[in-house]
Amino acid sequence: MISVGIDIGSTTIKAVVLSEEGELLFQTYERHYSRIAEKLRDVLDKLKEGPLKGLSRVHMGFSGSAGMGIAEGCSFPFYQEVYATRECARRFYPQTDGIIELGGEDAKILFLTDGVEVRMNGTCAGGTGAFIDQMASLLNVRVEEMDGLAKKAERTYTIASRCGVFAKSDIQPLLNQGARKEDIAQSILYAVVNQTIAGLSQGRRIQGHVLYLGGPLTFLSQLRKAFDRTLGVEGILPENSLYFVALGTALLARKDEEVEVDSILEKIQSYRNNENFSYIAPLFRDEKEYEAFVQDHERDHVDILPLKGYRGPLYLGIDSGSTTLKAVLIDKDYNIRYSHYVPNQGDPIALLRDMLREIDELREKESVIAGATATGYGEELAKNAFSLDHGIVETMAHFEAAKHFLPDVEFVIDIGGQDIKCFRIHNGVIDDIFLNEACSSGCGSFLQTFATSLGYSIEEFARLAITAKRPVDLGSRCTVFMNSSVKQAQKDGASVNDIAAGLAISVVKNALYKVIRCSSKEDLGKKIVVQGGTFLNDAVLRAFEKELSVRVIRSNIAGLMGAYGAALDAMRLKKEKSSILDKESIVNFKRKVVSSICQGCNNKCRLTISLFDDKRTFIGGNRCEKPVTKKGNDTTLDLFEFKSRLLRSYDSALFPRSFPRGTIGLPMGLNFYELVPFWYRFFTELDFQVVLSSPSSAKLYRMGQMTIPSDTVCYPAKLLHGHVLDLLERGVRTIFYPCMSYNVEEKGTDNHYNCPVVAYYSEVIKANVKALREDGVLYLNPYVNLAEKAHFPEKIYERLSPFFPDLSPLQVRHASDKAYQEYQRYESLLERKSEEILRRAREEGKTIIVLSGRPYHVDPLICHDIDKLILGFGCAIVTEDVVARLEKHPEPSHVLNQWTYHSRLYKAANYVARQKDMELVQLVSFGCGVDAVTSDEVRDILERHGKIYTQVKIDEITNLGAVRIRLRSLLEALRQKEEGR
Amino acid sequence: MKKEIRRDKSGRVIFDRWMKEEYTILFPMMAPIHFSLLQRVFDHYGFHTRLLTDTSPEIAQTGLKYIQNDMCYPAILSCGQMIHALQNGDYDLRKVALMITQTGGGCRASNYIMLLRKGLKRAGMGDIPVISLNLSGLEPNPGLHISLPMIRRCLAAVLYGDMLMCLKNQSEPYEVRKGEAEGKVRSWIDRLSAEMLHGEGYKMKYVKQNLSEIVKDFASIEQDGRRRVKVGIVGEIYVKYAALGNNNLELFLRSQDCEVNLPGMLNFFLFKVDNRIDDCKLYGGHHLKKFVCQKLFDYCSKIQDAFSEAIAQNSRFHVPTKYSHVKELVKGINGYGNKMGEGWLLTGEMLELAESGYENIVCTQPFGCLPNHISGKGMIRRVIEAFPKANIVAVDYDAGAPKVNQENRIKLMLSIARENLEKEASS
Repeated sequence: MISVGIDIGSTTIKAVVLSEEGELLFQTYERHYSRIAEKLRDVLDKLKEGPLKGLSRVHMGFSGSAGMGIAEGCSFPFYQEVYATRECARRFYPQTDGIIELGGEDAKILFLTDGVEVRMNGTCAGGTGAFIDQMASLLNVRVEEMDGLAKKAERTYTIASRCGVFAKSDIQPLLNQGARKEDIAQSILYAVVNQTIAGLSQGRRIQGHVLYLGGPLTFLSQLRKAFDRTLGVEGILPENSLYFVALGTALLARKDEEVEVDSILEKIQSYRNNENFSYIAPLFRDEKEYEAFVQDHERDHVDILPLKGYRGPLYLGIDSGSTTLKAVLIDKDYNIRYSHYVPNQGDPIALLRDMLREIDELREKESVIAGATATGYGEELAKNAFSLDHGIVETMAHFEAAKHFLPDVEFVIDIGGQDIKCFRIHNGVIDDIFLNEACSSGCGSFLQTFATSLGYSIEEFARLAITAKRPVDLGSRCTVFMNSSVKQAQKDGASVNDIAAGLAISVVKNALYKVIRCSSKEDLGKKIVVQGGTFLNDAVLRAFEKELSVRVIRSNIAGLMGAYGAALDAMRLKKEKSSILDKESIVNFKRKVVSSICQGCNNKCRLTISLFDDKRTFIGGNRCEKPVTKKGNDTTLDLFEFKSRLLRSYDSALFPRSFPRGTIGLPMGLNFYELVPFWYRFFTELDFQVVLSSPSSAKLYRMGQMTIPSDTVCYPAKLLHGHVLDLLERGVRTIFYPCMSYNVEEKGTDNHYNCPVVAYYSEVIKANVKALREDGVLYLNPYVNLAEKAHFPEKIYERLSPFFPDLSPLQVRHASDKAYQEYQRYESLLERKSEEILRRAREEGKTIIVLSGRPYHVDPLICHDIDKLILGFGCAIVTEDVVARLEKHPEPSHVLNQWTYHSRLYKAANYVARQKDMELVQLVSFGCGVDAVTSDEVRDILERHGKIYTQVKIDEITNLGAVRIRLRSLLEALRQKEEGR
Repeated sequence: MKKEIRRDKSGRVIFDRWMKEEYTILFPMMAPIHFSLLQRVFDHYGFHTRLLTDTSPEIAQTGLKYIQNDMCYPAILSCGQMIHALQNGDYDLRKVALMITQTGGGCRASNYIMLLRKGLKRAGMGDIPVISLNLSGLEPNPGLHISLPMIRRCLAAVLYGDMLMCLKNQSEPYEVRKGEAEGKVRSWIDRLSAEMLHGEGYKMKYVKQNLSEIVKDFASIEQDGRRRVKVGIVGEIYVKYAALGNNNLELFLRSQDCEVNLPGMLNFFLFKVDNRIDDCKLYGGHHLKKFVCQKLFDYCSKIQDAFSEAIAQNSRFHVPTKYSHVKELVKGINGYGNKMGEGWLLTGEMLELAESGYENIVCTQPFGCLPNHISGKGMIRRVIEAFPKANIVAVDYDAGAPKVNQENRIKLMLSIARENLEKEASS
């Protein structure tokens, strides 16, 4: 009895033939490049000629995410792939306790003993095989080489592990700062490990005999090692690890009836997809329309002339971007004399050095570089390495370039490899900036990766899109979602052309609806310049024009606009000669990179220190100026810092005395964060020793990682697992963490709710942190309502007295009164400090930033010390809660104003809107559902009064590059506005 | 009466008395059986209503265009469905209003209506009144007075809806003559619609009689006697019931030869009323509110009793778990104060299903649904601890989340379910 198992995954087809005894007779592994039916026929032909020769009937089963469609369409026996994996493990590795499998796009964990459980990554968890591929191409190495690199690693950087795209934006700056590739390779593998565990273990420990399956774990020994180390196991890579699903399928197929080999082949032969995917109108009706389009856009261009023979001043612009390095050299008539566009290969400095050498070779002696300006992520590094004249924020560089083509431009959209940058120009000043959040960076590099995975170059891919008859409607979501949407479209029989066009359209929709959130073409004005390498793709340009039905300007140097803008800036410096390193220095230029950990404060930033030949140094990776200037920040103008210190001072350890009722632990996060004064006083009055959980740290977070049940909840919530475990680890046996549907009341609002996560996260902790149910541990999570002041004492007494029978109602009433007073005192302390900051800032003429969000955003780990960054720009910082109290008559809101924390935001926005020297920056936690409501409202309030709205999305992510661009752009815009006045 | 468009202080367009006569009210689809009956209650009171049944893919696109993109999927779809209808239907835009429910809880769902208004404004239709349907006294409109008899009629519609849905789900997989159960649902909807339209069929006596007749009617369906994998569906209310929201989940499960159990809507209503009572118990005060809610709660419990009695008349049917028992099950696992969105009821429904033989569960949720982080995914561990046989898959729904991934995950759950069923059959 011969059985065949065929596993059709997202990128490959694997087939095995098993003998009666379970012996592997045949195996094959092939990439299908999305031409599934075709490839499947080949594979089956191969089987028929080989191991199945002479057999008319066999057991045959199909599996795999991409196999589902064809199996359904042809009514072949289909087995779910995880289920098949389990079958295979049971047969060949019966002692297995757990399986970890990473595939092209899926991550799976199976628990086989003590209750079978199977986990697959949800819709939002990109980083798997495809993720490692992307990272490898970022490092400019083959995937297999990653392994060799990781072996030589010396240190591991923390890389966000929520989702592939996030990790990417952590790696990019590391590369740009010159961190070692070996270390990055290893860090990437650890990020994969952390993500798999955080996303899939969901409160269950992976232990015992572990099997590793799937491509990445098969090919990367260091990845296996990373899992081993993190889990404390010694997992095995089974023989035929790539064929596990196929083997299991073959085994399962035996239980079902035999099938006719020829009829299977016939069915595939005649298999036609239902082709019922939803599609959009084609980009071009015919070739003629396309030609007219190309001709029309040729009008917008800059002349590109040879450098040789030119004898005049030259201006250099360098755009050291996240994935690419771009540079242009222009002459005094704005013509391009030299340009350079290369992937930065993780080492932009070496590339720049080579480029500068080449320029020195090419240029005439009489022509000197009169000015040099850098921009982009790597601006600081490039500027310091080669001692350039100037650095500008990239939004300004793009604006400069756009103005060159369209002096009264109203809107600029730049879609690059990694980022989308859009801004609106009002009265000649940038007044609204949109950047993609780390989550939706599915832009240029996404198209590139997709083209490659389907076996095309990006140019071919663009060409295919242009001829597509029925572009697939792929929606406008993030990379990971698009990946799966494409899978769906393939299943439904869309052609590569249709997919290529669909991807181009979705890139546009993503930018328009997700990043800019526009709803009509009028939103963007009529004078639009589009740029960035992605727009060199005619399909993307066309999709954009069609979506908005407006003609836009795309120049022939769309991919070089940042560099061109920088060159224009260099020209405006009006220097005779640039300070750039001379020919000789560039020839001898050397750079050494040392990494170290800053000891300046608790953040322990990982610094990348570059030593340039003449002993010049440049420090990267720092969040504040301390390692550079050796001086601490002046934090006296930082209410964030003050608040965080003040809250941490509510700790019995600081006020020792005897506490007859014992110790009670409070986890410092979410609803507790700001209410610590209240609860501290309440329990202290009742003679409890109050212990706060330790300050947040990456270590504390990882401690709770395995108990997180929902990987898409916000980071502040996930962090709470660590806080509770920290208390337990420090020997605290009684933990108090109440549920709070309601928060304290804010005047003049519809209600005073907490958001569902803040309100009830205590229940999640209770259900998922098993250690809380151990003997001797008391976890108190009663429902309380502080706004019902009159009933609070009686109700809290009811909740507590069963556990502390010696409490008396009177004591509790007294403690409650004191607690309310303490909260008031805390508020007035904040108020006083904020008055002082405002007064001083105004005296010194500083811009005041109202750094708003939730109280728990003050936690330095959650906000990534954004306050320090802002201070570094010479601003003062206050918070939304105190500013809200200054607002006496807010305008009626256009949303249901029912959450305490959010009503403060609206009030603060109302107040800021009328202050000349105040700006509001809103911190938003990634995944915060409620901020989908508030951010639009806050923007509306500010924009009604001509103010700029700035939002900063934060997550586990530690990359502050994007934040820096946003804030610098804001301050630059303010400066220009001021000048305009 | 002067026919002009009035706005309240906040700028909201008021649905005025004169509009009731002339306007057509559109409302988005959720549960087809329930909503078509509820529609007749409104028609009885003289409203001109239109239930939107379109499911074209442009709905999600329209939603994404006009509603904040990070907003949850139900908002994108229901608001998208309405705006899409306005833009593409043959409605006189000066004579049309929209209606949407507003729970007024701490979930962001209570803000759908505001986002819909913002969306309408952006679409250039800012003068169209949007009616909030709620029991919290939010946003009063002179044109819509919710009276006690109206509430009773609505409750009857919900009850009939629950009964038809429940019996259809229990009959359809087993029926010998395909389409018989569906046919019965159709004819009952027709009959009950007529009663609703005439304002009848809601008094306790009639309700009991109707329910009992419905049960008898469905009991006459000839069954094949084969066992099927039993799957329960829980989750955020919209994606749980709306085929548009869950990519036709019910149909998919039926195609996989499963029996589906969707816990009824009355429990959700009871839950929402009971929350208010529990709030008073937990936090004190508000005696009048508590009294009124208790009355309403008692009435609902009474009609639920009638429902259970009717279905228990025939032993072939599984009697859906009563609210009081669901609440009992959840004790110690999820707190009664957890009331936002589906709150503890979601956990309770998983427990209830696992207890009554529907241990294979699809927990549906919009991507990034906040209450679901707590009561859905957050509680699965506890449900499995309480019922080790529980076989639960959590599935996210979203504009960009493709069907193929969702179905793949569900198929995994079903593979294990089938294995368990075989084991049970052989032992």
